[in-house]
Amino acid sequence: MLRADPAALADDELLDRYQRAAFGYFLENVNPDNGLVADTSRPNSPCSIAVVGFALSCYPIGVERGWIARDAAARLTLAALRFFQTSTQGSGQDVTGHKGFYYHFLDMRTGLRVWRCELSMVDTALLIAGMLVAGAYFSGDNDDEAEIRQLAEALYRRVDWRWAQGSSPTLRQGWKARSGFLHYGWEGYNEATILYVLSMASPDRPSSDGSYEAWTATYQWENIYGHDVLYGGPLFMHQFSHAWIDFAGIRDAFMREKNSDYFENSRRSTHLHRDYARHNPYGFDGYGENLWGLSAGDGPGGFRASVERRRHRFSGYAARGAPFGPDDGTIAPWSYPASLPFAPDICLAALRHLVDRYPDVIDNFRLPSGFNPTLANRRKFGRNGWVSEGHFGLDQGIAVMMIENHRSGLIWELMRSNPHIRRGLGKAGFTGGWLSRPATGGRDVR
Amino acid sequence: MSGEPTRAAAFPVDRNDVELIRGAHPPHWKNPIPNGPYNLVVIGAGPAGLTAARDAASLGAKVALIERGLIGGACVNAGSIPSKSIIRTARLYADMRDAESFGGDPPDHLRVDFQRAMTRMRQIRQRISRADSAASLVSEGIDLYFGEARFAGRDTVTVADSTLHFKKALIATGAHPAFPAIPGLVEAGYLSNETMFDLTQCPPRLLVIGGGPLGCETAQAFCLLGAKVILAQSDPMFLPGEERDAAQILSDALAREGVEVCLNTEVVAVRREGANKFADLMRDGDTTTISVDEIITGVGRSPNIAGLDLEEAGVAYDASGIEVDDYLRTSNPHIYAAGDVCLEYKFTHTAEATARIVVRNALFRGREKLSELVVPWCTYTDPEIAHVGLYPLEARGNGIPVKTYTVLMHDVARAVMDGEEEGFVKIHVREGSDRILGATVVASHAGEMINTVTLAIRSGMGLHALADVIHPFPTQTQGIKMAGDAYRRTRFTSLRRRLAARWLAWSRR
Repeated sequence: MLRADPAALADDELLDRYQRAAFGYFLENVNPDNGLVADTSRPNSPCSIAVVGFALSCYPIGVERGWIARDAAARLTLAALRFFQTSTQGSGQDVTGHKGFYYHFLDMRTGLRVWRCELSMVDTALLIAGMLVAGAYFSGDNDDEAEIRQLAEALYRRVDWRWAQGSSPTLRQGWKARSGFLHYGWEGYNEATILYVLSMASPDRPSSDGSYEAWTATYQWENIYGHDVLYGGPLFMHQFSHAWIDFAGIRDAFMREKNSDYFENSRRSTHLHRDYARHNPYGFDGYGENLWGLSAGDGPGGFRASVERRRHRFSGYAARGAPFGPDDGTIAPWSYPASLPFAPDICLAALRHLVDRYPDVIDNFRLPSGFNPTLANRRKFGRNGWVSEGHFGLDQGIAVMMIENHRSGLIWELMRSNPHIRRGLGKAGFTGGWLSRPATGGRDVR
Repeated sequence: MSGEPTRAAAFPVDRNDVELIRGAHPPHWKNPIPNGPYNLVVIGAGPAGLTAARDAASLGAKVALIERGLIGGACVNAGSIPSKSIIRTARLYADMRDAESFGGDPPDHLRVDFQRAMTRMRQIRQRISRADSAASLVSEGIDLYFGEARFAGRDTVTVADSTLHFKKALIATGAHPAFPAIPGLVEAGYLSNETMFDLTQCPPRLLVIGGGPLGCETAQAFCLLGAKVILAQSDPMFLPGEERDAAQILSDALAREGVEVCLNTEVVAVRREGANKFADLMRDGDTTTISVDEIITGVGRSPNIAGLDLEEAGVAYDASGIEVDDYLRTSNPHIYAAGDVCLEYKFTHTAEATARIVVRNALFRGREKLSELVVPWCTYTDPEIAHVGLYPLEARGNGIPVKTYTVLMHDVARAVMDGEEEGFVKIHVREGSDRILGATVVASHAGEMINTVTLAIRSGMGLHALADVIHPFPTQTQGIKMAGDAYRRTRFTSLRRRLAARWLAWSRR
């Protein structure tokens, strides 16, 4: 339920509420002893290393917005960096990581691998990106901030990106001690650009120079619903790397060929999702002009059911995409703040529609991972249909960051000055735009 | 083929099968007595062999056709024809269950009569095989021999007691299902995608190993016929090589119908205890065990080359089949090969197309090339997945910039009317031009729709021109034309728009 009348709020005030609510997730779900942050707010949730990456990126925003004191933010940041620095690495059991990478999910208290999960390359990249934000932001002279900078650099440098290529031209997605590299298909554009940028820029153990090009060779440029887009089904693919890197105006070989850039591509993809919801081919409830956005997120669970004489299969946590699916009527409402910089008009309209039409799915301006109005008053679900319980750190983190990028560009500005990011983009073939201007040497944002 | 415990009966199963054998390998057949050398000796009476023998004979060649089993080969007897016949029945049950969404009433008690579905399949198989009966081939002037063919020299083949001399020969012996080397599989018993047509009752719980075209078709059909199906695929996607969005839609369709989809999953061991078969599935290093009643598998096909004494004829081969050049000639310049025994793409239609090339090249000194064929293919799941030409990945790999024009079937009016709006048309063109490089269609009738694109590619027609081809409204193939329309809209550049606007303004004066 909402405690303020959102309709009365100006756009920036409304965004401020959403952003602050999302930021609160990290303070509520962090273990201050080791800086680890829970994957979700549900009881006994383990830590997700990607969520830690988002947390580290959000603390500077909290400081700038006055939601956390700078020294408190530095302490949380340092706790996390120290934890990863001292955590056990190795190929055996009971470890936190291997080769400088980390397991996807960790015990909140011990920091050891849980759920027999995979050593995750892209999630490690998101974690490292957060560390680099911290290193760029905490530029103070005191010991804590100096240590943050030193640890962030060291933890980035020790990642063995070359190893993570295995014997293939592109980076592998995951690894397990018993079965080795996981062979999930990772064809086509997705959220991994930041992984390639960081891996190619590594001073000590970079991925091969051709790795990014080998990945982009799988891209598919399509005209769908009249939009020319580099296709990636779920919206988060068009958001995650963009939380750290401002892709507006900079182009790699692929985008030079297509006379576009990745920022513009995210804008078009956002519009494509809205167009898909207007088409609403499966007749899901609520879909339309202001209710759209399929992404990776929680779902109502795995079951098959007929709704309005149409057979559907519903899923639990899954990556949903448009226009090729899968689509079970579950909307990821955090897509709106996460796509805000690309398409502010339609995202704001959707945010306002959400509070207007579905106020109950929003918990004091904090957005759920997903909700499914098609299931309203069906099975055991209430009048709003299925609504994801609690909150997910990834969704809250991307919301905080993208609202900030929309409002002030803080994270983009910090990362534009980061020599690793610039070098990685350069090695991936990006030129033009802000890359053609010299780095400002770090912004002192105090 | 497995002779181990399964629920399948032995072929021939019923009188349709007996009738089929009577036409396709008549009992008490008397082979002709060779009378001088043949222009063409064809080994194997499947789609390739039949096409070559008929084409050659109709042009006046003296032709011998040798078959060791049934005329028709895998296609008629154990391949496309029986499987697509069963898929039709499976779709019927799917539609009955889904009757509500078509504005109808689903039957109160929907009982699947598996036997009836199989009997229908056998009737159809027998009926279609009639066109290729031994008697009809003889009437077309073909010398038909039954028996095992063996080369006895570079221009000699023996069959039964006869020795046949030839000027040219065609090896068209086809291929047989290949099996994954899974410990315990043979002992536990399994069916191949050929022997599964001898099933007399639907296995209640079925494991299908392999998520290629045949595995996906089989899994879906048996699921719709009431089996609880688990489909295990070692790759991260179904239909490896196919576009990921196509594989994604198929994955969703299979899951929606109730197939338990296990991607990235290896079947590492199988064993049998009583009536149950147990399979160990491994995914990311974790193993789970499932219990099923029957296992169907077939991952790829191996060429039928054993026993041909190819060495005698100087014909080179390896595990993937007989080696041929672009003219389909083997290492013995008098001997050609066509169809599954030598091709990577093992389809009935490629078998026939290559056989036609062989007749021209072998008998009339033609110079037609395998590499110039435009070969479409289709996986007959619901929705179907059809492809022709290059994939974007291949094009980009060859340095060709590619752009795809995509039309969603849910935008195609007839597909919406038919309740068949799942899927898409994707036509790939060279960026900056309308030259069609390839296309993928996912739709209920993708196999029919792809033909328009194949025709366009074959005739050098661009996507721009395709937009001008009038399609009757409403048809689902309109989706192809709509891709042409989409292409055309992108050509309305701002300059063209401005010029047009100026002209129209002037016209209003």
